[in-house]
Amino acid sequence: MMKGRTISPGKVKGIALVSKEPIGFYGGINIKTGIVIEKGHPLEGKNVKDKILVFPCGKGSTVGSYVIYGLQKNGMAPKGIINKETETIVATGVILAGIPCVDKIDIDQINDGDTVVLNADNATVEIAK
Amino acid sequence: MYLTKDEEKILQGEQGEVPERMLRLLVQLGDIYGADKMIPVGSVQVAGVSYKSIADPGTEFLEDLAGKGAKVKVLTFLNPAGMDLENWETLKFPKEFAKNQLRIMDAFKSMGIVITATCTPYLAGNLPRFREHIAWSESSAISFSNSVIGARTNREGGPSALAAAILGKTPNYGFHLWENRQPTIKVKIETDLTFDADFGALGYHVGKQVKNKIPYFTGIKNADTDQLKSLGAAMAASGAVALYHIEGLTPEADLVKKDNLEIITVTKKELDEAYAKLNTGKEPDIVILGCPHASLREISAVAEKLKGKKLRKPVWVCTSRMMKEAAERMGYSDIIEKAGGYIVADTCMVVSPIEDMGYKTTGVNSGKAGNYLPGFCKQNVCFANLDKLLEAVL
Repeated sequence: MMKGRTISPGKVKGIALVSKEPIGFYGGINIKTGIVIEKGHPLEGKNVKDKILVFPCGKGSTVGSYVIYGLQKNGMAPKGIINKETETIVATGVILAGIPCVDKIDIDQINDGDTVVLNADNATVEIAK
Repeated sequence: MYLTKDEEKILQGEQGEVPERMLRLLVQLGDIYGADKMIPVGSVQVAGVSYKSIADPGTEFLEDLAGKGAKVKVLTFLNPAGMDLENWETLKFPKEFAKNQLRIMDAFKSMGIVITATCTPYLAGNLPRFREHIAWSESSAISFSNSVIGARTNREGGPSALAAAILGKTPNYGFHLWENRQPTIKVKIETDLTFDADFGALGYHVGKQVKNKIPYFTGIKNADTDQLKSLGAAMAASGAVALYHIEGLTPEADLVKKDNLEIITVTKKELDEAYAKLNTGKEPDIVILGCPHASLREISAVAEKLKGKKLRKPVWVCTSRMMKEAAERMGYSDIIEKAGGYIVADTCMVVSPIEDMGYKTTGVNSGKAGNYLPGFCKQNVCFANLDKLLEAVL
C-alpha cells in the first residue's frame, strides 16, 4: 500500500494504464474518444476510458483542464488518476470533473495492466495481486 | 488556508452560487498546494476559448456560468478563438463551427471579459509589472510574464483562471513565492542561435529534457522579445516550463540562487536533432506564422519578404486584432494580401480546424506549433526559419 496526497476524492478500482512520460491532455487526448493522439507518445493509440491513468506529471497547454472535464462529460474519462506530481492544470480538471486523483506516489511500483485500488479519500494506492 | 470573513461568507453562499463554486475550486487548489491565504491579482488571462479545444462540455460550462450572472472583477483577456471573429466567412471557416464559437464569445462577453482572443496579451493591452501577482492560463503567456517580465503566476488551468477573474484573487502558492522561483537546472548553450526558429527548436528540445523544472540558461548572448516568446512557448508545449531565467537577459536572473545545479549542455548537434524531429513533412500546403501571435516586428518582416511577389500556396500570419490594426495602417496587410497571403486575427493554426479545411502539411517556424500540429491537427510539419519557409511557397 502506498500513501500520497489527495488531489480529488473518491474510491475506484481498475486496470492501470501507465505512461513513464508526462501527459498533455490538450492536443494529447481526443476529447470525444479518449484515445491518446500525441505522435510518438508511449501511449499513442491507447484509450484512457475507464482506466486508472498513471503518469509522472502533466505538461503542455493550460486547456488540459477542460479536456479532462470534457472527457468525463463525454463518458470517456479515466476512472482515476495517479501521479508523481499533479500540477494545477490536471488538479483543476479532476476537481471539476470529480475524478479521484492522488499524487506523491512512487509510480515506478505500478506496472501497465496491474489492477489498482485507488482510494483518494485516504490518499492510498494498492496493487491487487 | 486562512480565509477572511468575506471569503467565508462567499463560501456560505452569500454572494450566490457562482462565486461560491469558484472560491471552492480555488480553496481546494490552495489546500492541495499549501497556500497560506488568498491574494489579489492584477489581471487574468483565460485559456480554453476555441470551440475546437473545449467542445460542447466546455461551452455548456461557460454558458451555465454566464447564465447565472458571473462577472469578472479584474482586467481579463482571452486566448485565441477557433476562427477570425470578423473574417471567418472569407477565410472559409465552417459555418457550424462558427455558430458554436460565437456562443462561447457571447458567454465570455456577458461576464465582462475583454474579447481580445490572443495568446500574447502582453502585446495587446494586458501588461503586468515586475513582481505583480496575476493569474494567467495560456502556457506561453505564463512563461513570458513569469520569465521576461518577472510578474508572478502559476500555470493556471482555464477554469481556475476564470475563477480567479470572478473573485479577483488566487491562492498564494507556487510561483507567487520567491523561494519557488529559483532555478532547478542549468542549461549551457554552446551553439549560435540566429533565427527565431532556432529559439523554437531550442525550446522544443529543452522542454522535453527538463519537463517541469526551472531552467537557468547561460550562453545565450542576445535575444529580442520575439525570440524569448518563441523559446518560452516551445518549452511550455513540449514540457511544462512556466519560468526560466537567462543570464544577463531576464530580470530575475541576477537575483536567484544558481549554485550546485544539475547541468545540461546544448550544442549544434542537439539543435539539429530538434529540427529533424520537428520536420515530419516535405512540401507545405500552407505556411502559418505567428505562434505565439506575431508582433508588429514579425509581421513587417513577412511583408518585407513578400513585397511585389506572388505566393504559390497560402500564407497565414496569425496575430491579435490590435497588431492587425497597426499592420493595416502601415500597409503590411496590403502587401501580404497582394502576394496572396492573409493576416488572420483572433485565432491560430493550433486551435482552428485546419485539418477540416483540406490542409495536410503545414510550414511553421514555431517550436510550439511544431509540437502540437501533428497530433491535434493531423498535420505533417515543415519546420524551418522564415526565409526558407517563404522561399518554398514563392
